[in-house]
Amino acid sequence: MPEFSTEAQELVQRIIKRYPEGKQKSAILPVLHIAQAEFQGWLSVPVMDYVASLLKILPIEVYEVASFYSMFNLKPVGKCVIEVCRTGPCWLMGAEDVVHHIEKKLGVKEGETTKDGMFTLKTVECLAACGSAPMMQVGETYHENLSLEKVDSILNEYKTNTKEHISHWDKKHIKK
Amino acid sequence: MGRQLLIDNINQTGIHTLEGYRTYGGYQALEKALRMKPEDIVAEVQKSGLRGRGGAGFPTGMKWSFIAKPPGVPRHLVCNADESEPGTFKDRYLMQRKPHLLIEGMIISSFALGANLSYIYIRGEMMAQFHILQNAIDEAYAAGLLGKNILNSGFDLDLHVHCGAGAYICGEETALIESLEGKRGNPRIKPPFPAVSGVWDRPTVVNNVETIAAVVPVINISGEEYAKIGIGKSTGTKLISACGHINKPGVYEIELGVPVEEFIYSENYCGGIKDGRKLKAVVAGGSSVPILPAELILKTAKGEPRLMSYESLGDGGFATGTMLGSGGFIVMDESTSVVKNLFNFTRFYHHESCGQCSPCREGTGWMEKILRKILDGRGTIADIDLLWDIQGKIEGKTICPLGEAAAWPVAAAIRHFRPEFEEYVKNPQNIKDVKHYYRLNNLQEA
Repeated sequence: MPEFSTEAQELVQRIIKRYPEGKQKSAILPVLHIAQAEFQGWLSVPVMDYVASLLKILPIEVYEVASFYSMFNLKPVGKCVIEVCRTGPCWLMGAEDVVHHIEKKLGVKEGETTKDGMFTLKTVECLAACGSAPMMQVGETYHENLSLEKVDSILNEYKTNTKEHISHWDKKHIKK
Repeated sequence: MGRQLLIDNINQTGIHTLEGYRTYGGYQALEKALRMKPEDIVAEVQKSGLRGRGGAGFPTGMKWSFIAKPPGVPRHLVCNADESEPGTFKDRYLMQRKPHLLIEGMIISSFALGANLSYIYIRGEMMAQFHILQNAIDEAYAAGLLGKNILNSGFDLDLHVHCGAGAYICGEETALIESLEGKRGNPRIKPPFPAVSGVWDRPTVVNNVETIAAVVPVINISGEEYAKIGIGKSTGTKLISACGHINKPGVYEIELGVPVEEFIYSENYCGGIKDGRKLKAVVAGGSSVPILPAELILKTAKGEPRLMSYESLGDGGFATGTMLGSGGFIVMDESTSVVKNLFNFTRFYHHESCGQCSPCREGTGWMEKILRKILDGRGTIADIDLLWDIQGKIEGKTICPLGEAAAWPVAAAIRHFRPEFEEYVKNPQNIKDVKHYYRLNNLQEA
């Protein structure tokens, strides 16, 4: 069975204490985010079984939650998951051009991962940054007021600097 | 510009820290509130006329007065920070810049409700703000503003921030409660209402971020003074997140009652339509509320200037009016295709339907397919009538309001822009390239 790092295990125990005794299942969403940070950005069945054991609940209770929420990846993803907002205001301001541009530049379609395992391109629903549309998210970082030139330089920067998987729950918040 | 009660000093360096927040008067309302009786705080909020800022506009003091108080059963306050309504980005802004304003509001409101364990449920995508709030909560604990015997008042409160993981439906309060319990976000049948049986079957109040933040100025200046701001039953200030084809998108705090025309064209607010284009339509309160054409958003059907207030935006009912909603103000210029925009919104609601109720689960899918057919140039006049028919069979027939949220935009677009739908049907050769659009929306090209 896979296991979290010591720091992550300690963090999980602190999070469980935020809920009343016997209500530790409430910690499932934060713990699944931490699981994606610990295990290359996605949730395999053994990882979900491990989370079930940490929370003392049945594996099915983890599967049914993991499959409901859009931020959980049930298949392997690239080191850098690009999530472009495609909803309403971002669409008005040119999100489709941004998606099309990234598809051409990376040679993948929406939902796919590049052959070198560096990038996965996803489209997501409104991320509450409509005043700075179009925008996209990578990990916890919002990249806003995008132009195609700006997208190019952001992608180049990730390509050069990304050494390990970037997750929504950034690793720096586990280590402290 | 009117009074600013929420975003005052928001650009000051360090206001996100406890020290910085205190420099600008932070936590004075808490000191005052802890010297009051809890029921007097509830009365003060009732006097203020404050209404829920998440979209429904229900009077906050009344909601608080409904909370059941069975002896020996803990009560909970949960802040709804699951801001997901397309066009709405005010709560994220507030939590990013002034996390302590929300925390101060949570402590006061928890004290008023007799809650000793409260949560802020923030959407998972806002992980950066999740950690900002956690840091602010840590600071508050260290300063004795949270934990046991807060400021020697004898009041104990534990406050935690909890994150979601991507589901629009969790902004609905009973779905949010299910999600907080560690389950899928399926809304519950009401009654029982959360005030009687909420999280872990205990009495629970769920309030939006802006609502809880507004409790701080209500206590600071008194409910009576707060009620003097605004117009009629639309008291106080409201955060409006303005976006789309305008010169100055962003979050504005308005005194309720500002004319819509002033809000769109004044340099104090949106600064007019981008690139000198003409205004075509506005979705005034987040994607769920009815779209209005330029003439009806600027003036009511009676020809009176339309104001930014619950009543004025609602004037005329859905035949000629709309709703203030969440304050997500989406402006569209003359180049916008209402049909394409509606397709985008409908695809969104189909994607976000939790799937419990068949009218919503199936109906949103059918509406998306029919709109796709019309955009494809394969639509018929009967399809437009079918869309109208389906939306009417979703509205009012589902457990939660996502059904209405999906139905209203369809009804309003056809009501006010039917000739545009007919143009797609009659002259499909004029439809511009929509290939990128299909890709963006995850569709196979025809």
